[in-house]
Amino acid sequence: MIRYIASRLLSLTLSLIAASIVIFAVIEVIPGDPAAFMLGVNARPDTLLALRDQMGLNDPLPLRYFAWVTGMLTGDFGISWTYKTPVAELVNDRIWVSLPLAIYALFLSTIIAFPAGIIAASRRGGMGDVSIMGATQLGVAIPNFWFAMILVLIFAIKLRWFSAGGFPGWDTPLLAIKSLTLPAIALALPQAAILARVMRSSLLDNLGEDYIRTARAKGLTRRQALWRHAVRNALIPVLTIIGLQFSFLLAGGIIIEQIFFLPGLGRLIFQSISARDLIVVESVVMLLVFVVIVVNFAVDLAYAVVDPRLRSRT
Amino acid sequence: MTHFTKLLSASVLALTASIASAQTSITVAIQLEPPNLDPTGGAAQAIDSVLYSNVFEGLTRFMADGSVVAGLAQSWEISDDGLTYTFMLHDGVTFHDGTTMDAEDVKFSLDRARSDDSINAQKGLFADIADVTVVDPLTVAVTLSQPNGMFLFNMAWGDAVIVAPESIDTIASNPIGTGAFTFTDWVQGDRLELTRNESYWGQPAALETATFRFISDPTAAFAAVMAEDVDAFVGFPAPENLPQFEADPRFQVLVGNTEGETILSMNNKMPPFDNVLVRQAVSLAIDRQSIIDGAMFGYGTPIGTHFAPHNPDYVDLIANSTYNPQRARELLAEAGFADGFTTTLKLPPPSYARRGGEIIASQLRDVGITAEISNLEWAQWIEEVFNGKDFGLSIVSHTEPMDIGIYADPEYYFQYDNPEFQALMDTLNATTDPTTRSALLADAQTTISEDYVNGYLFQLAVPTVAKAGLNGLWLNQPTAAVDLTGVTWSE
Repeated sequence: MIRYIASRLLSLTLSLIAASIVIFAVIEVIPGDPAAFMLGVNARPDTLLALRDQMGLNDPLPLRYFAWVTGMLTGDFGISWTYKTPVAELVNDRIWVSLPLAIYALFLSTIIAFPAGIIAASRRGGMGDVSIMGATQLGVAIPNFWFAMILVLIFAIKLRWFSAGGFPGWDTPLLAIKSLTLPAIALALPQAAILARVMRSSLLDNLGEDYIRTARAKGLTRRQALWRHAVRNALIPVLTIIGLQFSFLLAGGIIIEQIFFLPGLGRLIFQSISARDLIVVESVVMLLVFVVIVVNFAVDLAYAVVDPRLRSRT
Repeated sequence: MTHFTKLLSASVLALTASIASAQTSITVAIQLEPPNLDPTGGAAQAIDSVLYSNVFEGLTRFMADGSVVAGLAQSWEISDDGLTYTFMLHDGVTFHDGTTMDAEDVKFSLDRARSDDSINAQKGLFADIADVTVVDPLTVAVTLSQPNGMFLFNMAWGDAVIVAPESIDTIASNPIGTGAFTFTDWVQGDRLELTRNESYWGQPAALETATFRFISDPTAAFAAVMAEDVDAFVGFPAPENLPQFEADPRFQVLVGNTEGETILSMNNKMPPFDNVLVRQAVSLAIDRQSIIDGAMFGYGTPIGTHFAPHNPDYVDLIANSTYNPQRARELLAEAGFADGFTTTLKLPPPSYARRGGEIIASQLRDVGITAEISNLEWAQWIEEVFNGKDFGLSIVSHTEPMDIGIYADPEYYFQYDNPEFQALMDTLNATTDPTTRSALLADAQTTISEDYVNGYLFQLAVPTVAKAGLNGLWLNQPTAAVDLTGVTWSE
C-alpha cells in the first residue's frame, strides 16, 4: 500500500512540474503585448516602456519562470496586472463560487445518476430501462449552455422564481445556494446522463460475472446479489468518471459562468485571457491542474479502498 | 373590526406607496468590468463608465450633449497669447476621505500624468503643459509650451481627473475622488457599489445607492433585463432584441450616438492602398446602409468622414463615397487592377467588426477584391495591426472624442502621410477663435474624405435599455460614462 501511494505521489509531482513548464511556455507565446493592451491605442512609447518595466515584462523568460514557480511554492502567486490585487486574493474570492458550484453539480449528478443507473441495470430491457436510457441519450446530446438558456427562459424570465444570474455572496447562504441552483442543474444533467450510462453498463458487466452466479447459488436473491456485490464492484469505473467530472465541472464552468454572470474561476480566466493578464491566467490554470491531479490522486486512493487487489499489488 | 381592517389596509397602502415613491437605488449593467479603478492609469473604457463624474471629477467636464463645462474649476482666464490658463477652483471641495481638494492636488494630478514614469494612457492630453504653478490654495496656473485650442476639452477627459497624493497608492482598488458618489464595494467579477456622497460640494445626487453589474454575454444581458435583475443596461450588446424591449411597456429604449467613428481602415503605405484610386474604389464598393442594417440591425448614423455627426462642426461628405460598384470597377481598372487583387481584412472582436467584415468582404468580392478575413483578439489586434501595421484592411470604431488629429500622425497605424493636412492640424491646435476653428475643422474633414484615407462607415450607436420610470440617463456617450448624478425615478 505504501509503495502504491509513493508511486502515485511521484507521478503527481512530475506531472505538476511538467504542467508548470507547459503552461508558462504556452501562455508566454500567445501573441499580444499585455502592456500595449492595457494602455490602448493612444499610448506613447515611453508610457509603454514605463508600464512594461513596472510589470517586470522586460526581464528574461527563464528568470520570470523561476520567479513564478518559487513564488507559488511560498504561496505568493504574484499581483494581477490589470486588477492590481494579489492573484491569491482574486482566486480566493472566485473559488468560493466555482468550488461550491462544482460540488453542488456533482452532488445533483450523483443523486440522479446512481438510482437511474441501478434501476436501469436491474430492469434490463424493461420499460424503466428503456425510458431511462432514452432520457440519458437526450441528456448526453444536449449542450449544457443551451440547457442553461432554457432554464433561464423558463425559471427566471417566465416564472420569475430565480434571478437570471449573479451571485449575492455567502453572507446570505440561502440566497447564495439559490443563485447557484440553475447553474448547477445546467451543469449536472448532462453529467448525470453520462454517469447513469456508465453505472448501468458497469453493473451489467458485473452482473454477468461468475461471482454473482456463486452468490445467487448461495441463495441470495437477485436484488441482494446486486446490492451486496455487484454495486460495489461496479463503482471503480464510476469513480473514475466522477473524478474526471469533478475536474470538468470545476474548470469547465466557463461558459455556464458567463451565461449566469457568476464571479467564478472560469469567468476570471476568460476575462484574464482577453485582457492578457498572463500572471492570473498562469496561476489559475496551474491551480486547476493541481486540483485535477490531486483529485486523480484521491481517485487512485479510492480505487485501493474499493478494490483490495490494488493494495497488495507491488 | 371593519374599522381595524380599513386601518390596516390603509397603512399597508401607505407603506407600499412610500416604498414605491422612495425608490432611491439603481442597478445598472454594462458589458465590461473595469480591470481596476484608476482612470489615470489605463485605457479601459469601463473604468470611466463606472467612475466618470460619479466618483472622479476634473477641472472641466463633458455634459451629455458633448459640451465642455466647468467642473472643479468654477472659472478660468486665458492669457492673450493663449499660453497661460489660470483656473479658479471651487471652495469647500473635499475628497471622499475627508481631505481638502485644493490647488496642490491639481498640480499633483497634472504633474503626475505628464511625468516620465507616468502610465497615463492618454499622456498626449498633457503634452503641451510646460508648467503647473500653485498661485494660492484656490488658484492654479497652467502654462503651455504652445497654444492649444483643445486644452479645456482635454482637461474634461476621464484620464485628466483630479486625484489626491494621500490616496493615490490605493486608487486602483479604492478610488477616492470628489464626485457625488463615493465608492463602497467591489465584488470582482460580479458588482461594484456606490453610495451618495452626503458632503458633496455641488448639487447632491437623487439616488442613494447605485450598483453596477457586468454582463458581456448577449443572451445573459437579455435575460437580466427581462427578469428585471437590472434597472438599466447601458451599451446593450444584442441590438437584435431592442424591438422586443421597445414593444414592452415595462421598458424604454434609448439609442444614442457615441464618439465612435467606425471605419474600414486601409494601410495607406502598403500597395495597392498607397494609390488613392484604389482607396476610392474600395470606398465606392461598400454600401454603408446594408452594413448598418446587417451588422448593427439598423442602429448607426452613416458618416462620410472621420467626425461625429452630432458635433456642430460636422460636414456631411457622404456623397463623396456613395455606393457605386460600377464606378469602383472602373477606378480599379484605371489603377491597373482590372482583375482585382487580394488583401487581408483583420477584424477585432466587437460584433460591428465581425459581422460588418463578412458583409464588406462580400461587397468587395463583387468588384473583384478578395479580402481574406482573419479574426483577432484585441491584444493581437493591437500588436499586429495597430503597432505592427501588418494589415491591408481592418474595421474598427475610433471611440476617442475629437480624434481627427490622428490623421496628422504618419506613424498612426493607417499611415496617412499628408504634409498639408499636418500643417492644417498645427494651425488648428494653435487657434482658439471658435469661428476659425470651425472652418479649419471643415477643411480637415473634407481633405481626408476626398483623399479616401479610410472607408467611412457609420457612427457607432449606443443602445440603452432602461425601466420605464427611470429619467436622466445620458442618451449619447460623448465620453465613456454612465453619469448617475442626474438620474431620478419618476413616481
